[in-house]
Amino acid sequence: MDRLGESAFLVQVGEFSGPLDLLLTLIRDEQIDIYDIPVARIAEQFLIRIKTLGLDDAADYLEMAARLIRIKAQMLLPRREGEEGWDDPRAELVRRLLEYQQVREVVDVLDRLSEDRRGKFARGYMPQQFTSPAPAAAPLALSLPELFAAVDRVLRLARKPTIHDVVPRALDVEGAIAIVRDILALRQSCRWRDLVSSGSQPWEILSVLLALLEMAKSGEVKLRQDRAFTEVEINGEPASEAA
Amino acid sequence: MSPLAKLLEAALFASSAPISRESLAALDSDVTDDEVAGALTELRTQYDESGHGVELIETGGGWQILTRAEYTDAIERAQLASRPARLSAAALETLAIIAYRQPIGRAEVEEIRGVNCGAILKSLHERALIEVTGRAEGMGRPLMYGTTPAFLEQLAIRHLDELPRADELAVALRPAAED
Repeated sequence: MDRLGESAFLVQVGEFSGPLDLLLTLIRDEQIDIYDIPVARIAEQFLIRIKTLGLDDAADYLEMAARLIRIKAQMLLPRREGEEGWDDPRAELVRRLLEYQQVREVVDVLDRLSEDRRGKFARGYMPQQFTSPAPAAAPLALSLPELFAAVDRVLRLARKPTIHDVVPRALDVEGAIAIVRDILALRQSCRWRDLVSSGSQPWEILSVLLALLEMAKSGEVKLRQDRAFTEVEINGEPASEAA
Repeated sequence: MSPLAKLLEAALFASSAPISRESLAALDSDVTDDEVAGALTELRTQYDESGHGVELIETGGGWQILTRAEYTDAIERAQLASRPARLSAAALETLAIIAYRQPIGRAEVEEIRGVNCGAILKSLHERALIEVTGRAEGMGRPLMYGTTPAFLEQLAIRHLDELPRADELAVALRPAAED
């Protein structure tokens, strides 16, 4: 059953476009006069070829094979000497072959013409699409002054940009912790203002802040602030002092 | 170039599809058909004789500016455009039969080709290379097919009579009895 499925595909992709094509090829290969076809030989060749091509399941090819065998049988029927009006059983096949051969000639013309056309591109060529594409939006029509006006509006809305200086490794938390320890070694408690002065750089302030948070986390100091925005009081922990 | 030839050139450049003679004539209400024909000839001569990379051709669908064949490879190599898929032998056979015998029904096409043609007719119809031109009288009133302007465009020809006439083909249909 698998073979049937496979050969059904072969018919579509095979090198012959049909039984007449195959028959014409045989006649050409064997250099046979199309008006005097040795049917027995051609029928045999045809059957061998469709078997090797795996086309012997295809109805179109089988029908032609049956037709050839029928003609072969008719040719074998005895006929009287000099009999008038004998109809050559091959006549219909020859007519079809000639007709088909003419189609093939036209195919050559069409193929040449379409090949020529295929090699020329129209402007904005797009690969042929058989599904209708979504309609494209109309191109944006915009004049230069309009563009400038739009940019201007956007810039007005935008805030003045804040520009940051990024200084790598500017904080020195370790150093700040050492300073806080030194101060607390001298005094039991100190205030925020003792640690930073108004002249301190932002990185110094941040270092002290992080140092205090770090020390408070480890329990080395206690931070106290009575109310929001009032002075922060830093108390050294007696326990850690002992350590 | 005349102003009319320039106008036609601009219109043809703006369109990626062929433009019919009527649409070209409608660009300027003051011109006659003869003047349009003259301007098209002028434009084509201009392209052909003063060495342009494009040419003006007339197909069934109308007039169109196309790149010249000698630049196809370079354009494809640069991936600016690519050739459409080539038609299969089965498609060309079916088109050949329909072009010469239209209007023609499926049964007759199958009789000539000796194979079932349902799928190929459907595919050619989807690609607008053939159309249903009507129904035949008689049993089942089968659909009759004919070729379309898109078919002529596919071949870059104006009319079907640019194809070889049946009696010009090398193999004449002669009865076997005469042999």
